[in-house]
Amino acid sequence: MKLDRRCFLALSIGGAAGTALTPLPWKLTDDLSIWSQNWPWTPVPDKGAITYTHSVCDLCPGGCGITVKKAGDRVIRVEGIEDYPVNQGGVCILGIAGPQLLYSPTRVQKPLKRIGNRGEGRWEPISWQDALAMVIDKLKTLRAADKSHSVAGVFGRDRGTVAQLFQRLLTVYGSPNFFSTPSYLDNYEMTLYLMHGMRASVGVDAKNADFILSFGSGMIQGWGSSVYMFKANSLLKSTGRVVQVEPRLSVSAAKADEWVAVKPGTEGALALGLAHVIINENLHNSDFVVNYSTGFETFKQLVLGKYAPETVAGITDVPAEKIVALARAFARARKPLAICGRGQGLTPGHLSDYIAVHALNALVGNINRQGGVIAIPEADDIDWPEATMDAIAVAGMQKGRIDGAGSSRYPHSRSLLNQLPEVLNTGKGDSIETLFVADVNPLYTMPDAEATRAALAQIPFIVSFASFMDETAQMADLILPNHMYLERLEDVPSPAAYPANIIGLSRPAIGPLFDTRHTGDVIIALAHALGGNIAAAFPWQDYPTCLRETLGDKWNELNRKGYWQGPEVAAPLGFGTFDTASSKFEFSNPDLNAALESQPALPQGDATTYPHLLLPYDTMRIASGPIGSPPFLVKSVDETVLQGNDVLVEVNPKTAAALQLADGKPAKLKTPKGEAKVRVHITEGVAPDVVALPRGLGHTAYDDFLAGKGVNYNALVGMTEDPVSGLDATWGIRAKLSKA
Amino acid sequence: MSTIDDQTTADVPQTPEDENGHPKHDPAPAADSNAPVMLSFIIGIVISLIIGWAVFPKLLYSQKTQPVNFNHAMHMDPEISAEGCASCHYFREDGSFSGIPKLASCAECHEDVLGESEEEARFVEEYVKTGKEVPWLVYARQPDCVFFSHIAHVKMGNMECKTCHGDIGVSTQTRVYEENRITGYSRDIWGKNIAGFKKNTWDRMKMDDCAECHKANNVNQGSVQTLRGGCFVCHK
Repeated sequence: MKLDRRCFLALSIGGAAGTALTPLPWKLTDDLSIWSQNWPWTPVPDKGAITYTHSVCDLCPGGCGITVKKAGDRVIRVEGIEDYPVNQGGVCILGIAGPQLLYSPTRVQKPLKRIGNRGEGRWEPISWQDALAMVIDKLKTLRAADKSHSVAGVFGRDRGTVAQLFQRLLTVYGSPNFFSTPSYLDNYEMTLYLMHGMRASVGVDAKNADFILSFGSGMIQGWGSSVYMFKANSLLKSTGRVVQVEPRLSVSAAKADEWVAVKPGTEGALALGLAHVIINENLHNSDFVVNYSTGFETFKQLVLGKYAPETVAGITDVPAEKIVALARAFARARKPLAICGRGQGLTPGHLSDYIAVHALNALVGNINRQGGVIAIPEADDIDWPEATMDAIAVAGMQKGRIDGAGSSRYPHSRSLLNQLPEVLNTGKGDSIETLFVADVNPLYTMPDAEATRAALAQIPFIVSFASFMDETAQMADLILPNHMYLERLEDVPSPAAYPANIIGLSRPAIGPLFDTRHTGDVIIALAHALGGNIAAAFPWQDYPTCLRETLGDKWNELNRKGYWQGPEVAAPLGFGTFDTASSKFEFSNPDLNAALESQPALPQGDATTYPHLLLPYDTMRIASGPIGSPPFLVKSVDETVLQGNDVLVEVNPKTAAALQLADGKPAKLKTPKGEAKVRVHITEGVAPDVVALPRGLGHTAYDDFLAGKGVNYNALVGMTEDPVSGLDATWGIRAKLSKA
Repeated sequence: MSTIDDQTTADVPQTPEDENGHPKHDPAPAADSNAPVMLSFIIGIVISLIIGWAVFPKLLYSQKTQPVNFNHAMHMDPEISAEGCASCHYFREDGSFSGIPKLASCAECHEDVLGESEEEARFVEEYVKTGKEVPWLVYARQPDCVFFSHIAHVKMGNMECKTCHGDIGVSTQTRVYEENRITGYSRDIWGKNIAGFKKNTWDRMKMDDCAECHKANNVNQGSVQTLRGGCFVCHK
């Protein structure tokens, strides 16, 4: 028999027919469909027991109450707590993305010692014992050489037990150089100090106001406690009115009842122009002005003399009629509230703007009462006994701060981190031999990134407490990684601009995933190892003990409810809560007048070389602080902001036409501080010759989802100090946009 | 090469035609030439049947042994497991089903070696002492897109565990876990029988098997909310 073609065909047909009589095709089809619907590389959460931990989010100064949901041992979700007073069930996009940060590949998993050059990324794991020994050795050597004041610490905040523990360590060690991250809150604090005569944090009772006049504050862009402000903004849709004064059509401006497009940097003048109309038309609250304030006449003369609507219209580009109408509407509202601090308030800005805006609140008498601005006296939560200082500590503390804060030049300031690069780079002041950094990423967040890098390069020993390998951690010599916020127990101080004093308790939802240690424990261990008076000032065996004892009576309530709240704002604080010499609110005093008349030289750069103006803007979808955006945020960014690795800058159609730039086309952006490749997004939302760039992009550190995407605004801008506060007053910089 | 077709073509002019004009063929050569074709066809059928029924199932599944050879029967002693299956496979307070116990549950009794068994000694040494979870292979694991509530069936439907899982409680050792090389799931889902035939309710765990029981008992064939059939009742 020959096997010919017909036999072969018959064999195949027989095979096919036979196969159809077996389960093979049906089974394979079924299996392939299951396989294709359950790709093995798709992550699937554990099926373990569902548990919840109540905690407080510590990713920004918003202080929202959160519920962390776990399946088995894996954190799978973060939700807002319904009855938490600050956020009432809400949670922001960054808060939701917390689990991605917890499991981020950029976590620092164990103590690391740098072995390559700075920034090279070559590290050697080191045991906690050896790492602490290195730090202790350094601290002991410096102290023995009478250089205790050359040790400095930069922390994310100056409140809360961990920051206070470190400040205490520095004090008994002999260094006044504790820095916190500067922001609009520093300016508010100084404004309240100058006008109310007391050290207080600002509280904005936005939910009970009926007219919010925002001078550039991003009510729905992360200003204040973001979720609280979002809710207040929504509430005002039905109960009141929001007017946004801002050069750019931000989302806050777009969602406001009215957008007043103002010339960049002239918001303070507009506030004084409104004050002019209110005083001139006798619309101010005479009860407050007469009975609870002093210096009104001087203030009145200033605004009536210099800030007539026509004059202000010339300064601000806002028509005089609009100024008059806005002033009337504001003064006639029942609870009018004026706020300032541009965007998220990451750059403090000009002190006189804050004074002018706060004077508006005083004119309408909306101070220290429901629906107004409330000065919340500094909390006395942390009441540790005075530490005994030895001679070295006293001598070190007497040397004064390296940044000049509290000196005769900046008498009202407490910390001026922004002055540090210049001091170090010019060699005008003392040097810093050892720097500790925690919850901050100055190399990314501070203006003039190059100057900051040069300044850090001058510091021989940098110790970072970073949980993530951020830009600054990459420059460190030693990393002592902290637990990240979902893994640690810590008090969270009152949320930014929240109208009551409320302490939250961040509780570990999960045990530490890696070989990290609580920074509070590390500080106590360092103090104990340094011995003598330093150890004696830390009578706690560990951080949890310290926290429990420090919070004392509040601990039980904190532990049970997750928060402790000070006196309610609902009970009017009354007007008699001023601690000035006159015991009244001061519209005018020598310091105040000097501040109001000071003008920083802004913006940087000359108009001929740099015909355009670069302004930053903030968005909830990009984390612009020390925490880098997790992938969930980056994916949410609109294609008019980010395309691939290119950031789009907002440009007015007229500017685009003049430069012959089409929408989406690449361009070169040059400022006196640096240059970058960008693409343009043409929009009427910015004025001609203005270029708007989002903050929070252009990271060189973090993962592939973030690193290399866009441009860091801080690398393009410089620092211009406010003559009175010494804080960074910058709101933008001159720039030149050209065809690439 | 000479073929039957070639011969036929070559013969055409010589072939006598019948009255209808059809060519007349000699039946004998035709039978000769069809025999190998038929044989090939049958061989094809036979080979494919062998492959489909015998070889394919062997190739499709890989054989795996459980990390620990577990004796259910011994643990079902009422003195050890007073609540039967639920002693170890319990419902949590929120109503969710615990499934295979975590190491912590085992360690409640097996903190140290209790018996004579070498397997138990190894279990204590390798897992309890090190705190490493036992990577059990789950015979009844469904794809992640399948939502199944144990409590709805066991507590509300008063069903017995063995209706779906078989009489696992009497087994003295773990059986071989056959893993589907394509899907990664256990053979128990499709059923031991490659054709999908079953004798017992616990022989298969496919969607049709769920539906069969739901139809037979006329229970919840649709969404609780809408009382209408819906994919999302089980596929979330």
